[in-house]
Amino acid sequence: MSENVKTLIGKKIGQTTFFEESGKATHVTVLEVGPCVVIQKKTQDKEGYNALQLGFGERKEKHTSKAQQGHFKKSGATPKRILQEVRVDDATPYQVGQTLTVENLKDVAWVDVAGVTIGKGWQGVVRRHGFTGGRNSHGSMHHRQPGGIGASSDPSRVYPGTRMPGHMGANKHTTLNLKVVKVDSDNNLLFVKGAVPGADGGIITVRPSVKK
Amino acid sequence: MNAIIKKIEESQIIRKGAAPFRVGDTVKVSLRIKEGEKERIQAYEGVVTAIQNKGAKMKFTVRKISYGVGVEKTFYYQSPMVKEVKVTRSGKVRRAKLFYLRGKLNKKDARIQENKKGAKVPQEGAVESAQAEAPAAAAEETKA
Repeated sequence: MSENVKTLIGKKIGQTTFFEESGKATHVTVLEVGPCVVIQKKTQDKEGYNALQLGFGERKEKHTSKAQQGHFKKSGATPKRILQEVRVDDATPYQVGQTLTVENLKDVAWVDVAGVTIGKGWQGVVRRHGFTGGRNSHGSMHHRQPGGIGASSDPSRVYPGTRMPGHMGANKHTTLNLKVVKVDSDNNLLFVKGAVPGADGGIITVRPSVKK
Repeated sequence: MNAIIKKIEESQIIRKGAAPFRVGDTVKVSLRIKEGEKERIQAYEGVVTAIQNKGAKMKFTVRKISYGVGVEKTFYYQSPMVKEVKVTRSGKVRRAKLFYLRGKLNKKDARIQENKKGAKVPQEGAVESAQAEAPAAAAEETKA
């Protein structure tokens, strides 16, 4: 397998304590990564860019639309739950229907993991933006309020981007530079040190670290 | 717990069965210390003041007075760095956590009554043994 694709789709399993070979106890997150099937190749000539469309996780045929069934059939793969595109420098070494596993990340020491963070619902400014809030006693009637949101007649408006209450969480977030503790190819598992975004069972993407 | 996580944790367990010690017991922990290529064993002896978690994550805290200063160390019971845990004296206590020992630096205040039935604590499956406990206990008491 070529070197340039290593971004894979996976699932967050959960966190635990793991004893490394040195005997050191490490906090790890266990990820089920792959196997991902190449469903479609996108090339410079046809689509204007090079990418692979990867499928991950099984889906029953009766839950797949006719149009999608045809799309999967073309690659010779069974219907997949997740379809995601991964950019590559050159798509020619890959065949449609080829399977990419966690084995691809075997020599990688550091990874970035992207996922959707846990949704917190509608939150106030104290929780959402870390405002200090007012004091609770001594006649204070200003507890968890946002306070001023701008000047008065000039500019006569609230600047866009002013931090206010609103929906928090459920955003895409990438955690950079997580150390790979163990790669278990038999069970498609990847152990990384530290936390990754999202709840257990959430869909994540793993790529070799871009900053290390 | 997730089945995969459970399996991983079970695979980490190197000391099967119940731990041979309880809170209040005096234990001798043999630690593997790596110095460059060489490995040596260092002993740490004191009273178990707390046991946290179960299974692979089980931790226990050992307290001792070292040169007049209270020292507490927490170990993973399943850690490969812990070579052996030996019970040297069984204590009789009525608390799950012995935090009240903190600040009691002199021997008399921090005294724990000996558990005479302690020798009968189930030892099955453990690498340690408490056979030497009864005769050694009296000697250890004065030392601790």
